[in-house]
Amino acid sequence: MPASPVSRVAATGDLRIVGQAGSEALVQLLTPEGERVDHPDYVVDAPAERLQSLYRDMVLARRVDEEGTALQRQGQLGLWASLRGQEAAQVGSARALMADDMAFPTYREHAVVLCRGVDAVQIMAIFRGLTHGGWDPHRFGLAPYSIVIGSQALHAVGYALGVQRDAARARGPARPAGQTTGSPVAVAYFGDGAASQGEVNEAFVWAGVYNAPVVFFCQNNQWAISQPAERQTRVPLYRRADGFGFPGVRVDGNDVLAVLAVTLSALQRARDGGGPTLIEAFTYRIGAHTTADDATRYRSLAEVETWKLKDPLERVKAFLHRKQLADPAFFEQVGAESDALAARLRRKCLGMADPPALAMFDHVYAGEHPPLRRQRAHLAAYLDSSPDPGEVPR
Amino acid sequence: MASQQFRLPDLGEGLTEGEILRWLVNVGDSVRLNQPIVEVETVKAAVEVPSPLAGVVTEILVSAGAIVPVGAPLVRIDVEISDPAEGRGGGSDAVPGSQPAPVLVGYGPPAVAARRRRSAPTGRAKQSEAVAREPQPLAPPPVRKLARDLGVHLETLRGSGPGGVISREDVARAAEAAGAAQSPEAAPEVRSPVAERLPLRGVRRAMSMAVTTSAFTAPHASVCLAVDVTASMRLRERLAGLSDFAGLPVSPLLLVAKALLVAARRHPLINSSWDEAAQEIVVHPAVNLGIAVATARGLVVPNVKDAGALPLAGLARALGDLTDAAREGRTTPAAMTGGTITITNVGVFGVDGGTPILNPGEAAILALGQVRQMPWVVDGGLAVRDVVQLTLAFDHRIVDGRLAGEFLADVSAMLTEPAMLTAWS
Repeated sequence: MPASPVSRVAATGDLRIVGQAGSEALVQLLTPEGERVDHPDYVVDAPAERLQSLYRDMVLARRVDEEGTALQRQGQLGLWASLRGQEAAQVGSARALMADDMAFPTYREHAVVLCRGVDAVQIMAIFRGLTHGGWDPHRFGLAPYSIVIGSQALHAVGYALGVQRDAARARGPARPAGQTTGSPVAVAYFGDGAASQGEVNEAFVWAGVYNAPVVFFCQNNQWAISQPAERQTRVPLYRRADGFGFPGVRVDGNDVLAVLAVTLSALQRARDGGGPTLIEAFTYRIGAHTTADDATRYRSLAEVETWKLKDPLERVKAFLHRKQLADPAFFEQVGAESDALAARLRRKCLGMADPPALAMFDHVYAGEHPPLRRQRAHLAAYLDSSPDPGEVPR
Repeated sequence: MASQQFRLPDLGEGLTEGEILRWLVNVGDSVRLNQPIVEVETVKAAVEVPSPLAGVVTEILVSAGAIVPVGAPLVRIDVEISDPAEGRGGGSDAVPGSQPAPVLVGYGPPAVAARRRRSAPTGRAKQSEAVAREPQPLAPPPVRKLARDLGVHLETLRGSGPGGVISREDVARAAEAAGAAQSPEAAPEVRSPVAERLPLRGVRRAMSMAVTTSAFTAPHASVCLAVDVTASMRLRERLAGLSDFAGLPVSPLLLVAKALLVAARRHPLINSSWDEAAQEIVVHPAVNLGIAVATARGLVVPNVKDAGALPLAGLARALGDLTDAAREGRTTPAAMTGGTITITNVGVFGVDGGTPILNPGEAAILALGQVRQMPWVVDGGLAVRDVVQLTLAFDHRIVDGRLAGEFLADVSAMLTEPAMLTAWS
């Protein structure tokens, strides 16, 4: 099993994107029944291989999610935030990214992590409480999970402003700011609940005013823990972008093709110096907020069932079947691959060693300094005085 | 094959226990990895727990309805080890859920978790408040732990270390000295008072939930009446002498129960329930008479099915059996459900009366105080009579003050003049 179970090929060339974000209606290219529909702004011709690989990534993401939930229920993880229902929003957007783009995820973006080429075992390490980060952000173009709601939107804009200034310096002072053709783009992932946070709105202000190369990717999964989306906003979320001076677009978040197309378009706009875009991926959190939440206490089963009919995987499967773009062997192979991935995750998760206590000093600062050395020595002395050395991992 | 246990994990964040709602597998069943095997409810959510093991269930260690602490063994599964890597750890209990090192968020061995929870709002919170105000003994955390384990109070020690820091040796010396002083004559150890925290389990938990449900769904009102039961007490003595009642308890409760059953037939609405879903009142065809019984484990309310159909001796036997079973903890779930009206005999606690809370789903409950001799006006003069106070609490959605008053007056009339029992039976 390779370390990177999911391909991280950014989409280029074989998708033709026409037009700009900003259209009023929900952008949809594949209906819940698996019918291809046209959209005036996003004309897409996706070959079978691309559809197959998008489908495969979603299946793997769902399987990782199922295993994460099971491992938590078995006491192997402290917590798990399920992405079920949001596979298309995450896979479609992440697969639009180039290798040197930088994504800033929340704690639910497991499919984004997979698509960036990170071994899913790293996600387990986070929820098992063994690491504060999990992966090298620079190597994978992926910031650590943000547990604080909405803070990562500011991180993304800060990163984007840095990219913008680096590019400006490289070109020399004569060029006007904002012209960042070909340079990386930052993507801020957040949810409908975070859209109410001050950080996210500040990020909008900065991004708008400085024309930052950033894409705000909001997965509106309808529930901010127990609060419905109508308690977050009086207007559709994507229309908030108007007030900050950049375009907003609402895409069917359960349609992987539409999400991919809309994200590619927004990324291109940012690369071309056009500034930020707000994408509202209209989707649904099928599971509870986390394993420590009981969703039946605040929402109806009928609502969940309605959304299950809009399943992001089923519509692609139906389309592939109907158009004979994939044979049964393909689906069997993807199923087997996902089971193998889950088994490997479980094995690795159960076998993970506790980190030594002194490792907590390793990544707090970029380098060492005297106070840090003193604190490390203090802790080492404390550990030596512990009455039961087995109590604290060395 | 290797037998392994699966222990209850912390299903939320920092939970200490869970209630087994139902088992989804039986002993002898084969289970797959991640197959849901049991439904567990915590304070946060009810969830299906997937099996971490594939194999055959050989033993179910806790039954449905039990509340078990995190870490308690739930089930034993015979596992087929095909992949040596899967079987790493070898020992029969070296399985998921029984990890020795508490590295998970909010996860820990049950005793540790429980202790942390219990002490947080009490002793330790006070201690940390005090830290800010008055000097506390200086000791590193491992030494504090040692002191706690050995029952040594750091406040009583003078540290031998630099700046008065208490060392492990100081604590060990103090513990040794305390052990030597622990002769039978030694003064009892003085401990700072700490609030006791009682776990909410079993009967106590059921009672708490039942009264809360009832108190906050049914609008309660009550009427009360002091009753001259001198004639009933005389009747009771005569009944007790009859061969039909040989060996049976003939108590004031028995006569009050009989009077209630007769009065309930005259006022059927008193024996009814509120159906919130249907927005209807359900008038029950028979009286399943509940008796509130104080037991060592707490309050239970079993009921006598169709009590109105029993002859008086049969009722006496049924009430006796019911209370005996409850006190011995043998009350069956069937006896606890389906009650339609209840009597609570608070008189056995030596009190005159009280306002009871309805048994959930019932429209009325009658509280019976102690029978005692009181000055009473009889024919314009004072006399000493046997008097009891009756209180009827009722669900005001169903029963109004008039019905409650008439019902209670009827019960009272039969106790004052037992001939009425015969007249209305």
